[in-house]
Amino acid sequence: MSTKHKKMLCRILVSAAIFGAAAILEGAQIIKNEYLYILMLLAAYFTAGWDILWHAVLNICRGKIFDENFLMAIATVGAVFVGEYPEAVFVMIFYQVGELFQSIAVGKSRRSISSLMQLRPDSAVVERDGSAVTVDPFEVKVGEIIIVRPGEKIPLDGIIIQGSSYINTVALTGESIPADAKEGDSVLSGCINMSSLIRVKVSKPFSESTVSKILELVENSTANKAKSENFITRFARVYTPVVVICALVLAVIGPLVTGAADAQVWKSWVYRAMSFLVVSCPCALVISVPMTFFSGIGGMSKNGVLIKGSNYIETLSKCDTAVLDKTGTLTTGKIMVTKVYCQDGCDEKQLIRLADICESASTHPIAAAIRNYCGSQSSGGAEKIEELAGYGVHAVIDGSDVYAGNARLMEKIGVNYIKCTDAGSYVYIARQNEYLGCIVLSDTIKNESKAAIDALKGCGVGRIVMLTGDNNIIAADVAQKLGIDEYYSQLLPSDKVAKTEQLLKGKTGGRLAFIGDGINDAPVLARADIGIAMGGLGSDAAIEAADVVLMDDNPLKIALAVKAARRTVKIVKQNIVFVLAVKIAILILVALGAAGMWAAVFADVGVAVIAILNAMRAMRVKQKL
Amino acid sequence: MKRVYKLDEIDCPNCAAKLERAITKVDGVKNAGINFFAQKLTVEIEDDRFDEVIENVIKTVARQQPGCKVVTQQ
Repeated sequence: MSTKHKKMLCRILVSAAIFGAAAILEGAQIIKNEYLYILMLLAAYFTAGWDILWHAVLNICRGKIFDENFLMAIATVGAVFVGEYPEAVFVMIFYQVGELFQSIAVGKSRRSISSLMQLRPDSAVVERDGSAVTVDPFEVKVGEIIIVRPGEKIPLDGIIIQGSSYINTVALTGESIPADAKEGDSVLSGCINMSSLIRVKVSKPFSESTVSKILELVENSTANKAKSENFITRFARVYTPVVVICALVLAVIGPLVTGAADAQVWKSWVYRAMSFLVVSCPCALVISVPMTFFSGIGGMSKNGVLIKGSNYIETLSKCDTAVLDKTGTLTTGKIMVTKVYCQDGCDEKQLIRLADICESASTHPIAAAIRNYCGSQSSGGAEKIEELAGYGVHAVIDGSDVYAGNARLMEKIGVNYIKCTDAGSYVYIARQNEYLGCIVLSDTIKNESKAAIDALKGCGVGRIVMLTGDNNIIAADVAQKLGIDEYYSQLLPSDKVAKTEQLLKGKTGGRLAFIGDGINDAPVLARADIGIAMGGLGSDAAIEAADVVLMDDNPLKIALAVKAARRTVKIVKQNIVFVLAVKIAILILVALGAAGMWAAVFADVGVAVIAILNAMRAMRVKQKL
Repeated sequence: MKRVYKLDEIDCPNCAAKLERAITKVDGVKNAGINFFAQKLTVEIEDDRFDEVIENVIKTVARQQPGCKVVTQQ
């Protein structure tokens, strides 16, 4: 609670004490003097509400009559004039309590949302003239060396020049398992250095560092407003004048219909009109919707899902078709050994050892993948290695000729080999004239991909389409393994746009999301109803092009984002319906004379507080799918 | 020129919306936006009249929302 809140609380308590004392003294017939009683009530009234009255006066001078201070002032002063002194005091106190609650709730949610995004480093330790100086990250220049101690946040993007450590990217990606980083690796601002001191050469100024980019994206996300947000703002602008006019109508027409001669009737109608004014403040409405979206955006960003605006939350929640790029999205995009076939009389160990030696000199990605698979324990051991361009490698190992290469090489040397039909690329291996076996390499499917597709299907994304530039065999294989029924292969980047457009044309109702790695599919990301880029961490292109950025490259986050978006939109709807229903119900009850100003105050501030609490729920994004 | 300022003591989103509309109407302001939750005011102002215009913006804030202050530049 801030000092401002404490002051307000004191005023409310003092006012309530005077009010209580007056009520007791009056009730016990201790004060006989009517005027003294009224005086005490007025004292309580002014203690609680002098600032509202003062702002009201200022606003009248400026001609702003639909200001909430002015409306509250009119309502309570009106109550005083019709002789409802205790009512006026009570309403003023309750209104202030509500405002205080609202202010505290707003402050609290602001803090908890921004703590989700507590990425911004406060300072950086930079080496200057041989000593370490602590400065504002803004002041660090590219090329300077910063020191990051264990437990500290990395303030700027850079490259490690000394030391190695574990780096925790949880603030950026939601992934809590720390990653290894050693000399020469680049590190991103906003990550936390876990285990030991590192020295980092700064590669980007603070304003272009990852952390600034992300914060800017999240903070500006309120600029892209959702339809329901715009609706509520427009609604709020007409709501107040309409309710005020209704109040006037009640105050004038009511008595004329039910008997204008009776002063008691007049009083009753004026009282109802005053209650109307209390309900006329649109704050609950205006606060509940954007706050829900903002806490949804905050909650998702904590899980490594960045959304560029509440309008995208709305679109994402309506998503029923997901179009996924294969390479880099569902697969790792790296070639790996997936299978080894051995002929009889040759064990796998021996086969890969030969393959490893043959490939030890090559820089081809396939060779690298084989070396990687073997752990390259046996580099060397060959008497001679020669590359046969377009065929493969010939090596002399332990005195015998070994060939490793494609089918054409096997045909060329006249070895009787067994043709492989798996999806991927193959390296056949033969020694002298004997065929030994075959190594199958392919782009591997990410561990999470199957679960990601199932989760998407499970949350109502009925149609899943895979696009790829690879050939049909590979596409069919991946699609079958992941349970995707619809796929299109051998597509050039421009074909992907055309295909997406065709899918967009063919659909009715829901929205289409395209998910890619943002590297060469920027046009498709832009063309789809909503573009989701994976692996945004460190990729400016992906952050630029997409509407939603998944910071790491875990495809499970797609379903997580869709679910969180649906939940946020549901809470928005709850809030709109709840606030409007309560306000309208109370307006009707007040008009009929069945509810007093007390209920009206609840409809104003009480509802706002409840709506805020409900909005905060959007911040909790369920990790489990 | 685009600048971001921090707003202090802005408690009600409706007031923020009103303030945003008022600032947009200040002569010389190309665009203005208030992020109520981050308590940030982003204004885009014509380059050659920046000082004069920003002064008017600050005055507008003071007039519209007594108690609300434009605090720091970021």
